[in-house]
Amino acid sequence: MVSKTTRSQPWSEERTAAIVKRHRGERGPLMPILRDLQDVFGYVDPRAIDVLAEALNLSKAEVYGVVTFYKDFRTEPPGETVVHVCRGEACQSMGAERLAKHAREQLGVDFGGTTADGAVTLEQVFCLGNCALSPAVLVDGRLKGRIDEARFDEIVAASRVEER
Amino acid sequence: MTEPVEVFVPIDSAARSVGADDVAAAIGREAAARGRQIRLVRNGSRGMFWLEPLVEVAASDGRVGYGPVGADDVSGLFEAGMLEGGSHRLCLGKTEEIPHLKNQTRFTFARVGINDPLSVADYEATGGLAGLRTALEMTPEEIVKVVTDSGLRGRGGAGFPTGIKWKTVLDTPSNLKFIACNADEGDSGTFADRMLMEGDPFLLVEGMAIAGLAVGATEGYIYIRSEYPDAAATMAAAIDIAYLNGWIGSSVLGTDHAFELYIRVGAGSYICGEETAMLESLEGRRGMIRAKPPLPAISGLFGKPTVVNNVLSLATVPPILAQGAEAFRGLGVGRSRGTQVFQLAGNIKHGGVVETAFGLSLGQLVEEIGGGSASGRPVRAVQVGGPLGAYLPTSMFDLPMDYEAFAAAGAMVGHGGVVVFDDTVDLSRQARFAMEFCAEESCGKCTPCRVGSVRGVEVIDRIIAGENRDANLELLADLCETMVDGSLCAMGGLTPYPVRSALEHFPEDFERHERLRGEA
Repeated sequence: MVSKTTRSQPWSEERTAAIVKRHRGERGPLMPILRDLQDVFGYVDPRAIDVLAEALNLSKAEVYGVVTFYKDFRTEPPGETVVHVCRGEACQSMGAERLAKHAREQLGVDFGGTTADGAVTLEQVFCLGNCALSPAVLVDGRLKGRIDEARFDEIVAASRVEER
Repeated sequence: MTEPVEVFVPIDSAARSVGADDVAAAIGREAAARGRQIRLVRNGSRGMFWLEPLVEVAASDGRVGYGPVGADDVSGLFEAGMLEGGSHRLCLGKTEEIPHLKNQTRFTFARVGINDPLSVADYEATGGLAGLRTALEMTPEEIVKVVTDSGLRGRGGAGFPTGIKWKTVLDTPSNLKFIACNADEGDSGTFADRMLMEGDPFLLVEGMAIAGLAVGATEGYIYIRSEYPDAAATMAAAIDIAYLNGWIGSSVLGTDHAFELYIRVGAGSYICGEETAMLESLEGRRGMIRAKPPLPAISGLFGKPTVVNNVLSLATVPPILAQGAEAFRGLGVGRSRGTQVFQLAGNIKHGGVVETAFGLSLGQLVEEIGGGSASGRPVRAVQVGGPLGAYLPTSMFDLPMDYEAFAAAGAMVGHGGVVVFDDTVDLSRQARFAMEFCAEESCGKCTPCRVGSVRGVEVIDRIIAGENRDANLELLADLCETMVDGSLCAMGGLTPYPVRSALEHFPEDFERHERLRGEA
C-alpha cells in the first residue's frame, strides 16, 4: 500500500535476487523483502516464493504462509490505480458504507477486484488515520479526505486520465 | 532588503488529504507573481482538522491563522494582506489564542504543528535533545525511576505503567535487548501516532534512544503500518538525519553508548498492533499472537528482553526527563497521571487531537470541545477506545476520562480515540460490524476469536431478523462470555465490548427491524 511513485515493473528474477541480497543481513529479513517486492512489482509473484525460500533457508510453505497472511501482499498484478476505501467506524459515521457501496457499483467490482479494463483495483481498508476528515480513501498511497460519491467519481476519472 | 515572511502550510497527511499541497503551491505562485519574498515552511498539523488546510503567517507577536484555505482563496488572501496578518473572512486571529488550542495542555504534542518536522535547528531550539542529554548523565536505574515516578502509563490502550515494564527489561540479564515501538495504529478513530510521527519524528527517535539507555538495549525497531506511507517516509528521513548528526548510531551524542534504529513497515494486518503479533511480524512470520507468559519484557523480539511501547508512550519520555517526573505527574487525576492525547473523530464538528490532563468528562470532550456532531443532528452514541471499545450513550456523558472510571463502567479509554455518531446510527449494525471486523482480522490462533466472531455475526443477523429473539440473545450473551474469558488476546477478548454495550444501551435498535416489518 506504500505510495506508487513509478509504474510497477514486470517481475524479474534478477531484480528479486537483488532485493533479497539487500536485506539478507537484516534481522527477520522476510517482511522487508516482501514489502520491497510488493512496492517494486505491485505484487508478490508466486515465482518469488521459491527464490525466497531458497535464499532464506525457509520452506516454501513458510514463505507462502507469510505472503497469504498479510492483506497487502497480492499474488497477481493490480490495476493501474489502486483505491482503498476506508470502512472503519469513524468513516462509517460519515457515510462510508454508502460510499463503499457506490464504489463497488460504479466500478463494477467487489473489494479486491480489478476493473475489466485493468484501470482500477478496489480495496477496502479499516482505518487510514484520517478519522476527523471522514470518509477517507487512499489513491495510490495518497490520502484523500471528506470523500462523497461525487468526489470519488472525480478521483477515479482523474486517475484514469493520468494513467493514459 | 526585508526579511522574507514565514508562511506555514501543514505537510501532515490529513491536511494534504484536503488540499494542503495545492494551497502551498498556490501561495508560492502568488508570492512570486507579486514579487513578495516568503519562506514557505511545511509544518506538522495543529490538529484542528476542521480548519485544515490551516495557513499561518508569522507576525512579530505570534502566528496568525487562516483556514480552511482552498487554493482558490490564495489570491484573495494576498489581496487582503495575509502576509501582514491582514483581516479576511478566513482569518482566525492568533493561532495560539484559538480557544480549542489555548485550552489544551500540550506536553507530548508541544512541538507538533509548530516546526518543520525535519529541521534539526528547530528541534534543538525548542528543547529537543534535552531529555536525552539528561538521561546520559543518569544511571539506567535513575532513568527508570524518573519514568516510574512520572506515572506514565502505556498509551497503546492497555495503560500499563511504562516504568514497571522498563524495570523488568532492565533487570533481565541479556547480551542483547531491544526497543520495539508499536506504530501499528490500526484503531479507527485514532491518528495521534501518525500525527506525531509526521509532525515531530525526532521526538520518537529521542524517546527510543532514552529507552535504550534505560534498559541497556542497543537496537530499536519502529513497526509502522503500511496504511501510513507519509509517516513511514518522514520517520525514515528523521532517522537518517539523527544518524548524520550523531544522535544515534555507534556513539549516542558522542558517548560510548550505542543505539541503532530501524523501521519496519507492516503489510495490512490489524492484529499486528497486538504486541506479540507485532514481534512475530518483525521476526518475519505470520502475525500470529503468542500466549503470555513469557512477557515480551523477558522474552520478546528474537527471544530477547524487549521493551514494547506505543509511539506516544516513547514520545512522552523526553519531556519527562527534561522537565522532571513532577511536571507530568502533577497533571491528571487518581491513577491516571499526566495528559492524554484524545482524538475526536467521526461525525464531529471540531475533530482533531486534544491533549489535556486526564479527568475531564466525556460530554465536555464531545459537546464543548468537539462542538457536537458534524451533521448538526443530535449525537446519539460514541465509541471510545477503538473498534474493541464500548458504545456509550449520551446519558453517560458525565463519565470522567480516566482509565479506572471507564473500566468501572465496562468501557475503556484505550488509545484515547472517540468516534462520534449522530442519531442516524443503527447500533445493531455496529454490533454486527464489531464481530465482522473480528472475523476479518483474527489471526486465527485461538478458537473463541476465530470461530466465535463468525458465529457472532450469524447470531446477530438472526436477532436483527427477529428469529427466536430471546434464545438468540441468550446465545449471544454466552458467546460473548466465552470470547472474553477464553481468547488469548484483546482481539477476541474485547470484541464483545462494543457488542454488549450496544445491546445494553441501545436495545431498541435490535428490535427496530422487527418493528419495521410489523409496520409494513
